[in-house]
Amino acid sequence: MSAGLGLTAVLIVVVAALLIGAFGLRLSRTTSDFYVASRTVSPLWNASAIGGEYLSAASFLGIAGLILAYGADMLWLPVGWTGGYLVLLVLVSAPLRRSGAYTLPDFAEARLESMAVRRVASVLVVLIGWLYLMPQFQSAGLVFREITGAPAWVGGLLVAVVVGVNVLSGGMRSITFVQAFQYWLKLTALALPVAFLLLAWNHAGRPAPHGDVPPVFAEAVTVAVGADVTVRVQRPVTVTATGRVDGRAVRGEPVALGPGPHRIAHDTTVTFPAGTPVPHVADLPVLSDHEWALPLHGREHPVYATYSLILATFLGTMGLPHVLVRFYTNPDGRAARRTTLVVLTLLGAFYLMPAIYGFLGRLYTPELLMTGRTDAVVLTLPGRLVGGMAGDLLTALVTAGAFAAFLSTSSGLAVSVAGVIGQDILRGGVPSFRAATLMAISVPLVLATVARSLAVADVVGFAFAVAASSFCPLLVLGIWWRRLTTTGAMAGLLIGGGLAGGAGFAVIAGGPTTGWAGALLAQPAAWTVPISFLVMIAVSLLTPGRTPRGVARTMVRLHAPDTLDVNRGDWSPRST
Amino acid sequence: MTPHKGPPRREVVTSPRTRAARRPRYPATMEIDEQTSLGEVYMRSLIRTQFRLALFVCTVLACLIGGLPLLFMLVPALREARLLGLPLPWVVLAGLIYPAFVAGAWLYVRSAERNERHFADLVERE
Repeated sequence: MSAGLGLTAVLIVVVAALLIGAFGLRLSRTTSDFYVASRTVSPLWNASAIGGEYLSAASFLGIAGLILAYGADMLWLPVGWTGGYLVLLVLVSAPLRRSGAYTLPDFAEARLESMAVRRVASVLVVLIGWLYLMPQFQSAGLVFREITGAPAWVGGLLVAVVVGVNVLSGGMRSITFVQAFQYWLKLTALALPVAFLLLAWNHAGRPAPHGDVPPVFAEAVTVAVGADVTVRVQRPVTVTATGRVDGRAVRGEPVALGPGPHRIAHDTTVTFPAGTPVPHVADLPVLSDHEWALPLHGREHPVYATYSLILATFLGTMGLPHVLVRFYTNPDGRAARRTTLVVLTLLGAFYLMPAIYGFLGRLYTPELLMTGRTDAVVLTLPGRLVGGMAGDLLTALVTAGAFAAFLSTSSGLAVSVAGVIGQDILRGGVPSFRAATLMAISVPLVLATVARSLAVADVVGFAFAVAASSFCPLLVLGIWWRRLTTTGAMAGLLIGGGLAGGAGFAVIAGGPTTGWAGALLAQPAAWTVPISFLVMIAVSLLTPGRTPRGVARTMVRLHAPDTLDVNRGDWSPRST
Repeated sequence: MTPHKGPPRREVVTSPRTRAARRPRYPATMEIDEQTSLGEVYMRSLIRTQFRLALFVCTVLACLIGGLPLLFMLVPALREARLLGLPLPWVVLAGLIYPAFVAGAWLYVRSAERNERHFADLVERE
């Protein structure tokens, strides 16, 4: 693709975000104060805003990449990220809105009347937020390198700075309209290229990945390797390479690669003859196209991994810090339900597309299995299938969509995390909000540069697992079970959140990736969620004296229909 | 009204009972506000109804979502099956499941709102 167009697309998105940030400040001071304006926002706008904030780099780029690499099992990921809203709708949405809580720590305090539980909830919000932000920055680096060739940290830093400026100016976030617009931008940026891609695919006679061999390079192809990779060659092959292969400098001469692992240094180009099986990067499984298309084949212990993924995504959605805040902009519990229904529709429409990208990627961009940059499939396909100016324009559009995804999700998360750090961990007030914003953004940015690069959707998966193992039990038991006690909630949050978070950091830090230990750590939800629920229930039953005193009034507040004129207590959130 | 003799006089009712006429009864919302045991019974019945509904939806969802991998595991032929020329698992997981979610959510919202209407009618009626 032409670097100029892509860079222009990124610049437009970045400048638009900054301008909106600058003007948003003025707007939010005059007309659209968050809390007041929100009361007039319709469910469609509100739902678009939730969708805009929710669809992150993992949804926009990550899912398609994982489908390309692992196949049908990864279809569960978007299913779970949508289905999570169905669980949220039936178990949580209306009571949570009626609670009046603005953040998850607010809910913990309102329901359990305990500052200690509130603080634990705050720490967990920060942990989940960081886990979610880190891969956003990593992906931004990847995309930016794809366009400009700049080192990976540049793109991450760019997004971090824009988000920081925006959060500090208070603009972007306060306007529901902006986040709502982001949803429609992301939808268009995926849907328009899909139409062209499918036309091209149809024109080519609708090929499909099949056969009992892994993908092969259909014609001679030159692959540019961005970062150092170790690839496994299956059949001996002679390639021409420029750069470093197996530690040896080569300048366009033929290199014979025997079966087995080979180390290819960054910025090396390798030309393969037609018909070569694609050498896979070391940590991706080598699947034949036939296996790839079938469920329960992608990873080790696929049945366990599938169920664990389902549990994490379906139950984790309700515990994400940036989701809850948006529910506050509904006028009442009934509107919260209707908004969630619209969110489900909007997400369902969006998630129809990543599978198409993953499918076409398997056909047309198999070299990503060698470079390991499967996250780039969405960005690579338009240029590959639709040539010329149209291809360049579509690539620019997808790039703009990707940056919109980084900016909107990161802004939403950064505001939530900064709010919680400022309010509950520092002392509150404007100066500590500034310091909090810096902490909220810089920690994941540093993590993004030092941690090894995992697939964006995998790291986001840990954020979901932590949320599902801590806030899901807190919300579900808090809303439906009167006998939940302060001690029980605290124990469940600490143990569930601690175990899932520990597993995540172990994998990010380079823990085991194979065998049962690898599977249990990579997808912890299947054991951490039940443990967390059990601990919360058991400890609550053992400490009946620690039931909050106002639980009856809180239950009225959570469940009484909005139209009913009853005493709902006088609690109101502090973090405003 | 003064008592009078003879057959009861027929009267035309021109308006429904007024608010004043209903005053003497004790509204259930006050029972709830004052946290009497009757108020508790009202609240518990609402929470139980809503919880049953939520549990019903979650159970259906769990059977559907939890059942699919199990089905694929136990009946390998299903993994290979095709629908409209496309592989069945892809048609279900990348397509049909989303409208199913929306339909389920719509039915849930309708039922939940109906439960709340019934409850409001119950406690506001005297």
